[in-house]
Amino acid sequence: MMNDPKQHTHLGKEETALYRARQRSRNKALGIVLGSLAVLFFAISIVKIAAQVSH
Amino acid sequence: MDSATPLGSTVALPAEWRDFFALTKPRVMTLVIFSGLCGLLAAPGEIHPIIAFTAILCIAVGAGGAAALNMWWEADLDAGMKRTSKRPLPSGRMDPTSARDFGFALSGASVVIMGLGVNWLAAAILAFSIFYYAWIYTVWLKPRTPQNIVIGGGAGAFPPLIGWVAVTGNITLMPVLLFLIIFMWTPPHFWALALFVQIDYAKVGIPMMPVVAGEKSTRRQILIYALLLLPVTLAPWWIGGTGWVYGVSALVLGLIFVALSIKVGLRESGPDDNMKPEKRLFAYSVLYLFVLFGMLAGDRLATVQGWQ
Repeated sequence: MMNDPKQHTHLGKEETALYRARQRSRNKALGIVLGSLAVLFFAISIVKIAAQVSH
Repeated sequence: MDSATPLGSTVALPAEWRDFFALTKPRVMTLVIFSGLCGLLAAPGEIHPIIAFTAILCIAVGAGGAAALNMWWEADLDAGMKRTSKRPLPSGRMDPTSARDFGFALSGASVVIMGLGVNWLAAAILAFSIFYYAWIYTVWLKPRTPQNIVIGGGAGAFPPLIGWVAVTGNITLMPVLLFLIIFMWTPPHFWALALFVQIDYAKVGIPMMPVVAGEKSTRRQILIYALLLLPVTLAPWWIGGTGWVYGVSALVLGLIFVALSIKVGLRESGPDDNMKPEKRLFAYSVLYLFVLFGMLAGDRLATVQGWQ
């Protein structure tokens, strides 16, 4: 489980900011991967449907 | 997800996406993508560019997943070697559970997408290649036998076979020969490296050939594999699977490979040896495979265009 910095009051402002920045960076990367997959699945579906139709 | 990097006294800093990317061994992946692409381009038949892209993506992601599982399993060994000690797990930038889950997720996703998007034979071979590298090689044989590299070579040999099967949907002699080329190429390639980094392997107890059988035996075996590799690379031309563009390239490239291997195979290193012939063979072996497979794809293009 991911630790939540809010639950750890001893964390300083800079440390919390670093933690959040790291989370944002990872979320952005994951978002790009998921978005790209959605586009890929759509493209594969169109190719497969087009192949079926032409047969 | 936990991370091993401490922040304050109790909170761990999440691993960066770059560390996850590093788990996939991106440098190895370039060769995997290239050889897979060449297998795909050299195969007879047609494939839609989107499906071809999907096949190569799945080969790359599958290799990345297997590499992540390899790094997860070998984190302790990596920590003991200079070459690998800065990887995400031994350096403490990531916790083992994250690496393991990442490896399984990539492996599973690549096989399922390959099956649904391309064909299930390619997906089955991809699944077996991941199992072969992550379990048969990494877990089972690497720590047990000095022949680990010979067997491990099989893992790296799958991409062109999968690329080919992605187009044709069946296995013939040609893709098996492509598999054999990388299989025979791996021992001289890796043992050349092992000759000049053997101290590291000895330190962590991995039975690499130079550590177990000695330098002299390793050098002889490098030469033997280089000599065997030459006819194997010429076989696709001999059976009529390729034209002269590939055949002549394979012959010239192979003769250079043999010449460099003779230098390594017949010499003995002295104290404070700079191991230049071994480093040259290792560097050439990488170039060799890139050019050889490039010529395989080029040969197919030449045939399609009616140039040969």
